Amino acid sequence: MDFELTTEQKLLKNTVRDFAEKEIAPVIEELDREEMFSTDLTAKMGELGLMGITISPDYGGMGMDYLSYCIAVEELSRIDASQAATVAAHNSLGISPIENCGNTIQKQKYLPDLCTGKKLWGFGLTEPNAGSDAGGTQTTAKQDKGQWVINGSKIFITNASTEITWGSTIQAISGTNSDGRKEYSCILVENDTPGFEAKQMKNKMVWRSSNTSELYFDDVRVPEENLLGNRGEGFHQMLNTLDCGRLSIAAMGLGGAQGAFEKALKYAQERSQFGKPIVKFQVNAFKFADMATEIEAARALLYRACWLKDSGKPFSKESAMAKLYCSETMGRIVNQAVQIFGGYGLMEEYGIARFYRDQKLLDIGEGTSEIQRLVISRMIGC
Amino acid sequence: MNIAVCIKQVPDTETKVRVSGDKKWIEEGEINFILNPYDELAVEEGLKIAEAHSGEVTVLSLGPDRITSAIRSALAMGANKAIHIKTDKNPLDPMATAEALAQVLREGNYDLILLGKQAIDDDHQQIGPILSEKLGIPAANVVTKLEVSADKITAERQIEGGFEKIECALPAIVTTQRGLNEPRYASLKGIMAAKKIQIEEKIVTVPDDKIEILEINYPPEKPPGKIVGEGADAVPELIRLLKEEAKVIS
Repeated sequence: MDFELTTEQKLLKNTVRDFAEKEIAPVIEELDREEMFSTDLTAKMGELGLMGITISPDYGGMGMDYLSYCIAVEELSRIDASQAATVAAHNSLGISPIENCGNTIQKQKYLPDLCTGKKLWGFGLTEPNAGSDAGGTQTTAKQDKGQWVINGSKIFITNASTEITWGSTIQAISGTNSDGRKEYSCILVENDTPGFEAKQMKNKMVWRSSNTSELYFDDVRVPEENLLGNRGEGFHQMLNTLDCGRLSIAAMGLGGAQGAFEKALKYAQERSQFGKPIVKFQVNAFKFADMATEIEAARALLYRACWLKDSGKPFSKESAMAKLYCSETMGRIVNQAVQIFGGYGLMEEYGIARFYRDQKLLDIGEGTSEIQRLVISRMIGC
Repeated sequence: MNIAVCIKQVPDTETKVRVSGDKKWIEEGEINFILNPYDELAVEEGLKIAEAHSGEVTVLSLGPDRITSAIRSALAMGANKAIHIKTDKNPLDPMATAEALAQVLREGNYDLILLGKQAIDDDHQQIGPILSEKLGIPAANVVTKLEVSADKITAERQIEGGFEKIECALPAIVTTQRGLNEPRYASLKGIMAAKKIQIEEKIVTVPDDKIEILEINYPPEKPPGKIVGEGADAVPELIRLLKEEAKVIS
């Protein structure tokens, strides 16, 4: 068993940490307060190479493994969940399906500009009536005169309505199987297609400087060749995408937990009450011991899940476990971290409240904690 | 333009350094090592000059196996080649380090040799000037602005209370100071490209240290502050203490 990161993974960790501390930390309070997506930071993250981490260099990607990708997301999340979300959604949900399922023409057309971060791509799965129950999808795609005609709507789609968004992959009902079940297909839709509208969702509690959108399709016509992979593969493409996506949400939980822990520890070392730093009170010291232990356990679980994926072994169960555990670990840690800050923890100025708010998404997005437990329970013989 | 950058691996500034049991060194096991921040400036400057003058940057470093991570950092920033001068440990004596570096630098026919003005661990600030003496070429130290043409450099350097502008012919040595540039981040592309570069290993005769560390100690702990009282009543006593004890006012 070798727990040592490779030289490249260590360099990556250092460079992303450095970048996040110097470029993201100074501006995040304002971006969060004003609920602003930053094209400037996105461009810088693209320049660093964060927008196509696992994609093959043949298409302009970095050709790194999944663990490297998760380390990058972890380090971004240690400073800010919103920028981590922009990167994670773009990598896992935006471009991975195109690389994994797209044909050469689609890859050559889309991937180079998506990998540099010049453009962003979304992944439209969730609908107002299809959350945990992805089978409740109502958006339809019908073939007509060599085109797909799409009608319906999507909700909570990350990166889908920024100035630099190129388009989204849309899962839709494309017909009925011979056994009577709905047939799902994924179709690439560019934002400037007539009948398509992407609208930014405002007043969020979480990820305030990440872009979240509602998508509307009113007789949106795209060429037949915009079909991703084969007709009828939409459901499996979505499941595979989510297996990978869960790893990056887990990385966000881990990094967020680490960031909140460090902030709270620093505060507790500096804040004095009853004549000594509050970290010296055993009641607090034990809190930190528990937090540090949970973070190590979360990291071990996530890194092993990444290792399974990178080694070509099954990883669905472990990715669900990592997503569940890292998200909930961060939940416990931000709760304690705000407690350590006391009254100041309730003030946005101290930065820990943002971690507290941002964590809640992780229990909900890309499969709720309840759905993760369902996935895990089915895989262990329940 | 053929550019060499001498780099050193040093403990991360955020590391809590612990003195070893024999008080002769520090506990290295728990330390996160990084590329010396002043050397990062030198690498950046080398890369900028190489880009402007179609040159090539070679990084050189001397030390044990662990220093390869610092070399890889410089390669990931964009350096083209690397030479690792292998030793069991870093010499304590800047004279020994400079002699070993000079042996390798002589073979390389470099137009410009860049290095940080000092390493943040032992703070000797001597390698640049000693190399200048050994190689018989001029050195500009503590440089905050640098212009390079085909055969000479113009450098602005910090001096007490001002700046000095100097000019010298190439080949030359420049030691770098904060303000010279803003080092680039090692990009992911750079990290992957660096993976393919073979680090050349060299073994040279390193002279014995002429200095010896007798003892390493922590700085004395700050005495706790003193509260002399509260409100206006405390002011006379405070003034008396500032005059008589702290001697900061008269």
